[in-house]
Amino acid sequence: MKVSSKRRFVVLAVFGVIGLIFIISLFRLQVLDPTYKQYATNNVLREVTQYPARGLVFDRNGKLLVYNKTAYDLLITPREVTKFDTTLFCNLLDISIEDLDVGIKKATKYSPYKPSILIKQISPERFAVLKEQLYKFQGFRTQSRTLREYSTTAAAHALGYVGEVSNRDIKKDKYYKSGDYIGVSGIEKTYEKQLRGVKGVKKNLVDVHNRLQGSYRDGKEDIPAQIGKNITSTLDLDLQLYAEQLFQNKKGSVVAIEPATGEVLAIVSAPTYDPGLLVGRVRGKNYSKLLADTLKPLFNRSLQAKYPPGSTFKPMNVLIGLQEHAINTNSRFTCSGKDSRPIRCTHNHVTPTNVVQAIRESCNAFLWNTFRAIINNSKTSAEGFNAWHDYVASFGVGQNISSDFSNGLKGDLPTEADYNKIYGKGHWNALTVRSLAIGQGELGVTPLQMANYGAILANRGYYFKPHIIKEIENDTISQSFKIKHEVQIDKKYFEPVIEGMSQTVHNTNLVYTSKIPKIEMCGKTGTVENNHGSDHSVFVAFAPRENPEIAIFVYVENGVWGSRYAAPMASLMVERYLTDSISTRRKYIEKRMIDANLLNPIQPK
Amino acid sequence: MAKRNNIWANIDWITILLFMLLVFMGWLNIYAAAYNEEFQSIFDTSQRYGKQLIWIGAAFVFAFTILIIDTNFYVFFSYILYGILIFLLILVLFVGKEINGARSWFTIGSFGFQPSEFMKFATALVLARYMSTFGFKIHKLKSLGIIAAIIFTPVIFILLQNDTGSALVYFAFVLVLYREGLSGIVLFVGSLIAILFVLALVISPLTLYTVLTGVTLLVFLIFSTKLVQFGRVFAAYLISTTLFFVLNLFVEKEYSFADILVAGSILGSVVILLISLQKRLRNYSIISLVFLGSIMFTLSVDYGFENFLESHHQARINELLGIESDLLGAGYNVNQSKIAIGSGGIWGKGYLKGTQTKFDFVPEQSTDFIFCTVGEEWGFAGTSVVIALFLFLLMRLIWLAERQRSGFSRIYGYSVAVILFFHFMVNIGMTIGLMPVIGIPLPFFSYGGSSLWSFTILLFIFIRLDASRFDQF
Repeated sequence: MKVSSKRRFVVLAVFGVIGLIFIISLFRLQVLDPTYKQYATNNVLREVTQYPARGLVFDRNGKLLVYNKTAYDLLITPREVTKFDTTLFCNLLDISIEDLDVGIKKATKYSPYKPSILIKQISPERFAVLKEQLYKFQGFRTQSRTLREYSTTAAAHALGYVGEVSNRDIKKDKYYKSGDYIGVSGIEKTYEKQLRGVKGVKKNLVDVHNRLQGSYRDGKEDIPAQIGKNITSTLDLDLQLYAEQLFQNKKGSVVAIEPATGEVLAIVSAPTYDPGLLVGRVRGKNYSKLLADTLKPLFNRSLQAKYPPGSTFKPMNVLIGLQEHAINTNSRFTCSGKDSRPIRCTHNHVTPTNVVQAIRESCNAFLWNTFRAIINNSKTSAEGFNAWHDYVASFGVGQNISSDFSNGLKGDLPTEADYNKIYGKGHWNALTVRSLAIGQGELGVTPLQMANYGAILANRGYYFKPHIIKEIENDTISQSFKIKHEVQIDKKYFEPVIEGMSQTVHNTNLVYTSKIPKIEMCGKTGTVENNHGSDHSVFVAFAPRENPEIAIFVYVENGVWGSRYAAPMASLMVERYLTDSISTRRKYIEKRMIDANLLNPIQPK
Repeated sequence: MAKRNNIWANIDWITILLFMLLVFMGWLNIYAAAYNEEFQSIFDTSQRYGKQLIWIGAAFVFAFTILIIDTNFYVFFSYILYGILIFLLILVLFVGKEINGARSWFTIGSFGFQPSEFMKFATALVLARYMSTFGFKIHKLKSLGIIAAIIFTPVIFILLQNDTGSALVYFAFVLVLYREGLSGIVLFVGSLIAILFVLALVISPLTLYTVLTGVTLLVFLIFSTKLVQFGRVFAAYLISTTLFFVLNLFVEKEYSFADILVAGSILGSVVILLISLQKRLRNYSIISLVFLGSIMFTLSVDYGFENFLESHHQARINELLGIESDLLGAGYNVNQSKIAIGSGGIWGKGYLKGTQTKFDFVPEQSTDFIFCTVGEEWGFAGTSVVIALFLFLLMRLIWLAERQRSGFSRIYGYSVAVILFFHFMVNIGMTIGLMPVIGIPLPFFSYGGSSLWSFTILLFIFIRLDASRFDQF
């Protein structure tokens, strides 16, 4: 026991040594070491988020479409607020005392210590006045944010808009914090990651009175914000503006594509709206107003409207017939005009017609015979129909071809199963589904898909997915835009069809309204039956005939005849795009188109 | 003999005074840490200082109850208490609530109860009871086995709760065992392992092995009676290292100089060990064996560190040893804590005037990092007073333990002292960056009912035992 009891000194020594080490360390830390004295004058650290400016958007010729303007948020840290002149405060910010009370209560509930946004998006003019008075208000500070600004009112649907992140967005991506902005639709949504940049953090030292004392560790730990990448879109601002002007007081859609690349030159959904309405503090109010509008300006017809294509679909059926050897270039079918069965032909023309004439005259009898031959080319109607279906699908109909558009739809292309369900297996044939011959019936095609179809005709058999982005600064665009999609039609079958489309423009009444001087445009009109008002006016075209530079699809709701509005409007847009102007003797057509008001669904025949 | 039976006359009032002082100072600092202009009433039970006041009141009731219970109670019920608490430790694994990653709390409404805190005094009681049995010999294999079982059973369950900090406390018992006769070699080997562990992680292998070899040669020199003998030892290492160096020239893969030095040291040590065993040179055998063991241990540390420790423990140890400094991650707490303490200066910023602490820069402000508030608001003057008070209490406890007649009381007294000491060392060491961030409370200071009560019970059972030190049992 004697030995053991001496060991108490070892234990006591251990205690003593640790105590001594602590005293020495604390003396060094608290008395000698000046590093921690830098913070000794009541300095505290404050992190400020640095918001990057969003990337700019340009048109294909480098014209600015979307840029940024600065706005300021006013933040409140409730614990730091001392008594202040609320009347002056409310006057400076143009808010009511009640709003202020509610705002302060909300912020306190969130956190008494952390700053939260009290008032959003104060304009630079108001901010300038506020800044001089801000020293009177303890516990308030400002941070700058950028808002979108648009150089014109054009392309609202394509550009999309920016809004505050939802709780879903925050959950999905940890980058976002409450109050951040995110692209909600259009290019802003699809290219959000590239446009938004990366937020940064600046660490400041402030004293207890919230006065800035300088940056923490000379900014060594600051993370600078990275500005968003600029984007060059494929849109041609001039053509886009012109198309929107032509479409004023009308409903419908235009999509124009450069056939050689799939680049979208113009995309209009009418009626459209001013994208500036969905920016800043007025966004919520304007959004509900637009949502309530019976003309549905927020509905993006060019990507989401499922229109029956009508007669514009006829070239495709003829191509399929030729490829399937159901008909050949010498085939002729008799037309009995209004007495034609099972589909009447309303067009007065020569008979019998060959391929070129049939397309020129839009002969329903020829198309019915062609369609029947395609369906009956196989052992059963179903097999024949499936062959037809696969050809049509290869044109992108019923497929999602909207590569970098945020909300494109697939449209409707009926399948064998659909008809089996309606009529019963084996209980339907070419006659039952005859409407498909003339582009009616169960077909639903979006304007984007129809313009792409125009590009396929222009290219004689292939397309690149239509897309809206040409270049991203310091980045690459998707490789999928460069993949060539071939349709299942041999190139040689296109010539007679294209000849027919050329004659449509030059050898019918269209020559008076839609022939462009010195440019050979090939097109096909369509008049889509409508039970709720006047028929719709449709036109698909490309120009020039050799080495086409533009393919276009125009859909004018309640436009009565394909030749009345859609074709002349398309011809004007093509002329404007290819020659930068409208020839003098066509000015009166331009005026008639712009002035036409088709918002009433019933139009005189 | 009346004096002997009156426990109030024999109570050590100095210890009780120290206890009261620490509890009171703790509460003052909790008030400062949670101080909030909106809730200024000290009795506001929605605030931590209000709640702590309730815990303190209850602690006094516990203390009083303990003092009036007969000492035999603690001796006879020690095993039962131990059993009940082990049961609760297991139960908490299934029905406990997870707080800060550790599943160690029972919660009933807003009230929390942490069985691992109370396990400490039960373990101390059982250890004292077992080691004070008649004819107990510490170096018998069976005794060591039972002691290990008593100490490590709670450790295993606490580790299962993922509460490493509370589990580490039990290693403090080694000091008690040392006092009761455990060989000093255990303490020596323990310290050697701890030092090598840190060195293996901090300094480069080459430096480490050079230093190790140098120290070993020095020890050989000290224990050599003739210089010739030392010359032979030196030659053995030199030759074996050179051998590997030359060998390396002929192999395709190039080994680093550290590797060659390790290989040479191992070969040299083995040779010396074999020769000294043959010639019965006891000192030389031991030195070469220790050297060999040290090298093997350091080699395995790097491997073990990478493969067995969880990433947040790695981060905390790395941070402490200054290997990686991540000021926003594991290093954040310590850095902010040091800023708070360091900014206190000599006299502090004054009570309730701390800014680092007010703006919630230091996490766990009123619990594990309560010492920051002392450092910031009371300065070096305050921190040295607190450390002096703790040291005084610890020394007082050792002095009290040594005056006991019964082994039971002495062993229990030592247990109380070393448990308090371990908390004191790790908690304050952590706040000033000398220890890894292991979340254990500062006795009597930190906010929390469970910890305050368990330390009160731990201490007052000893005060009660001490008060009846003249009784026979």
